[in-house]
Amino acid sequence: MAADSVKDVVLSPVFKNNPIALQVLGICSALAVTNSMSVSLVMGLAVIAVTACSNLFVSLIRQHIPSSIRIIVQMTIIASLVIVVDQVLKAYAYEMSKQLSVFVGLIITNCIVMGRAEAYAMQNGPVMSFLDGVGNGLGYAMILLVVGFFRELFGSGSVFGFTVLTPVQDGGWYVPNGLMLLPPSAFFVIGLMIWVLRSIRTEQVEKAEYRIVANSKAKIKESV
Amino acid sequence: MASNNSIKKTLTVALALCIVCSVVVSTAAVVLQPTQQKNQELDRKSNILQVANLYEPGMDVDDAFDELITSRVINLKTGEYSDRFDPQSYDQFDAAKDPATSRTLSGEEDSAGIGREEMYSTVYLVGDDPDDPDQIILPIRGQGLWGLMRGFFAIEGDGNTIVGLSYYSHSETPGLGGEVDNPRWKAKWQGKKIYAEDGMNPDISLVKGGAESKYEVDALSGATLTSRGVTNMLHFWLSESGFGPYLARFHGNSEGA
Repeated sequence: MAADSVKDVVLSPVFKNNPIALQVLGICSALAVTNSMSVSLVMGLAVIAVTACSNLFVSLIRQHIPSSIRIIVQMTIIASLVIVVDQVLKAYAYEMSKQLSVFVGLIITNCIVMGRAEAYAMQNGPVMSFLDGVGNGLGYAMILLVVGFFRELFGSGSVFGFTVLTPVQDGGWYVPNGLMLLPPSAFFVIGLMIWVLRSIRTEQVEKAEYRIVANSKAKIKESV
Repeated sequence: MASNNSIKKTLTVALALCIVCSVVVSTAAVVLQPTQQKNQELDRKSNILQVANLYEPGMDVDDAFDELITSRVINLKTGEYSDRFDPQSYDQFDAAKDPATSRTLSGEEDSAGIGREEMYSTVYLVGDDPDDPDQIILPIRGQGLWGLMRGFFAIEGDGNTIVGLSYYSHSETPGLGGEVDNPRWKAKWQGKKIYAEDGMNPDISLVKGGAESKYEVDALSGATLTSRGVTNMLHFWLSESGFGPYLARFHGNSEGA
């Protein structure tokens, strides 16, 4: 692991080993906060900050964490960071924090953060761990932005709040698709994205755990 | 590494971590609190200006609020202005939790579903004369479909003609009940009347299938329960239990002085 290069650590989670698209982690918040791009962006930044800092701190004290309570230690660090991020958002991006509401707090339960602390930061040095956190946060943020782009474009006809397709309410021609503003549409978009990603990078396709065989015909004794 | 797992080491690490984390968290909370409170205050003020149709994008909310709006505390039961609390610092949500300044609502009376009602409420007045204001802005709240909805209700100086209704916090379904935020729906309230005759029984309500009279507003389509919640909370707050006695004082006044 010592041979990890900075570029690999930061960039591989963005495309090659994306936490959402490949590992399918952190889906729940990706469903909830992607109905507009600006919200997705802030959420992405918050997750980058939390993942990077939690990795850094976990890595700094990794030699001293008793293995029996290591999950609790990681959780405490993550939870503290999330509260700090939430407070900062409330102070400096009030409107945004109102829209994100509970989902900032729920970063605590985001599997990506915990997953990276346990899988990477416990075994690697602080600098690399920090970068790994940045990379995974970026991977998460990128998916959020792409999903947010499609949902905002088709759901409200705008991108970052600027009107692109003028909706009929304002005298335009575009009929906004209300479904895109509801969480299920994020499932569809993420599903389609994973499909596209795995068609391009075929090595990401998982091996089927079992093969579906053709229906076997029931054998009915014809005993007449 | 084995020593890491001794009981002593485990306890030390846990304790040290707790102390460090709690210091970090509480420092952040304390340092950022003034900015956060300022934001909340600003948000409340801009909501009040918006419901009164006085808000213009880019205006200095603090200055405009101080200039245009007077806050007063009223006694809900008598409808009189009260000097018992300072309107700047009085928090009616806190007061509603305190048994000394609130009362429990019986199930029948509590159509808004709020459980307890404070005895004193803040009102916001536009205009100089508190007995003959241009507009009266009332804080209202009540249950929607998913939770408490909080908002402001603005009325002309006659205590009967509606200027607007706006919610600043609710958890209704986006696209359905969440349409209470839709400016086109909010615009339907302007000019509607609350009371058909003198008294404290509000007639204003949301109706399905096209509002016909001046006491009716179109309900939100696909949001029956949210619409019902809005009607119920208006009926509660505009009746004798809520601001009825206070608004009755203005019924002789002309529409907007």
